[in-house]
Amino acid sequence: MATPPTRTDALVHARGLTKRFDKLVAVDAIDFDVQRGEAFGFLGPNGAGKTSTMRMIGCVSSPSGGELRVLGLNPLTDGPRIRARLGVVPQADTLDMELRVDENLLTYARYFDIPRNVARARTEELLEFVQLKDRARDEVEPLSGGMKRRLTIARALVNEPGLLLLDEPTTGLDPQARHLVWDRLYRLKQQGVTIVLTTHYMDEAEQLCDRLVVMDKAKIVASGSPRSLIDQYSTREVLELRFPIDAAPALDGKLDGIAERVEVLPDRVLLYAHDGDAAATAVHQRGLRPESTLVRRSTLEDVFLRLTGRSLIE
Amino acid sequence: MTGAVRVLEHHLTVYRRTWKGSMFVSFASPILFLAAIGVGLGSLIARGPVHTVGGVSYLTFLAPGLLAATAMQTAFVETTYPVMAKIQWLRTYDGMLATPITVRAVLGGEIGWLVIRLATSAFAFFLVMLIFGTVHSALALLMIPVVVLNGLAFGAPIFAFTATQRKDKAFPTIGRFIITPMFLLGGVFFPIQQLPQVAQAIAWATPLAHSVVLSRSLAIGGMNPSAALDLAVLAAYATLGIVAVSITLPRRLVR
Repeated sequence: MATPPTRTDALVHARGLTKRFDKLVAVDAIDFDVQRGEAFGFLGPNGAGKTSTMRMIGCVSSPSGGELRVLGLNPLTDGPRIRARLGVVPQADTLDMELRVDENLLTYARYFDIPRNVARARTEELLEFVQLKDRARDEVEPLSGGMKRRLTIARALVNEPGLLLLDEPTTGLDPQARHLVWDRLYRLKQQGVTIVLTTHYMDEAEQLCDRLVVMDKAKIVASGSPRSLIDQYSTREVLELRFPIDAAPALDGKLDGIAERVEVLPDRVLLYAHDGDAAATAVHQRGLRPESTLVRRSTLEDVFLRLTGRSLIE
Repeated sequence: MTGAVRVLEHHLTVYRRTWKGSMFVSFASPILFLAAIGVGLGSLIARGPVHTVGGVSYLTFLAPGLLAATAMQTAFVETTYPVMAKIQWLRTYDGMLATPITVRAVLGGEIGWLVIRLATSAFAFFLVMLIFGTVHSALALLMIPVVVLNGLAFGAPIFAFTATQRKDKAFPTIGRFIITPMFLLGGVFFPIQQLPQVAQAIAWATPLAHSVVLSRSLAIGGMNPSAALDLAVLAAYATLGIVAVSITLPRRLVR
């Protein structure tokens, strides 16, 4: 039997971690451990406390309470030493618009005291890695959102960090750009980089995270692997029904017993069932005529809905 | 210390792309002012009832004052919009602070950069003064550190103020109600003694008036009995400003 991980094994160790801004409690006494080599996610809606948590891990914001160790060190006293070994992709790109693409990496490398010749070699490598090599001498501004994001990721890797923090890495990107980012992050994970990310996209969490915690209103409401969370909090399948707008009140009670659980959302009704097709048949047998029916697998979105009664993205 | 040097390096990397325009302005602006007002208006004064101002030609009187005022304006420009951009619009400082760079290093780099900008533009101005023949003393080179200190006396407090701002709307107000009136009334274009008593008192409470008289005495070579007081006022403003920004900038950047 494996021994439970001790404190020193975890790259990030938090107990009762709290962040307050005046009276607002942004992070309310959360516990978590990030193990070496894993991809760990914070999933939750905007305002759940994800970014505040990331900023504390990144040693740019000090905890108001609780215990936090990053890379075995104390962020309050060892901030610069910890940051020297972190890669940080903030929510909003902080690229230098006054510098070229390659200069962004070269200048950033200097903040880590990386010698110029090493920085130059690494810049070339990293631009290749994020597929921006042919834009090396271009200005940053005309780059697309996806390219800027990749450049930010390349910049975060310039000090060859063992721990990479990404705050909403693909928010605002189109699907193709997102997949490219995911692919690069997956490769980094394969190379042994530990990844901590926040997201409000369930598909991103499912794609990338080995383990995640679901955050809502400054607290962790559930934790586990994406699969285990779905198994624990949802059914195997979900039947989505759409009814004409004014038909909703007439549904009262008519769906009882068909599924384990029924969620009535403003635009649709979700039936949580082990067998979605069987549930759909049962709905029709009761004489209900939805405008559309869709059977799909449960996702983390359903987990979130179950845990909080709300959708992730409103 | 290395951190501050790295922040300074960032400035130099950016400046490498803009130095030509910046240097052009550093030379063109004093040439235009000295030609138009110093020589143009000065020749009228030479023909008039007073002929000279404070015993020297108007051009010689004007040049050191303009040098001091230029440092004030450079400091104002450098510590408002560019700082705001780095705090908020481009978040350059946030990017730096995600690395081993500390807020203290950011501050050190910024102040260091301000000193370099002030010194280089003052040196350019000094060369223009040499060309116009308004330097009459070997001590005149000391004007450069004096006006750098003057620049800090304005720049550091304004930097501290900028770090407290969420929007840029206060900057034009500073320009209109502080910088421009000082430029016009702070002893650059005519002796402060010409002002009404109240205005004189206000003028002497600002760093510019002290920096102007100090620079003027160094350029002309005359004795200035109040030099120690002038320097003390400049140093006091600069020190207070640096203390203030050491409080406001960390408060803004580290939440």
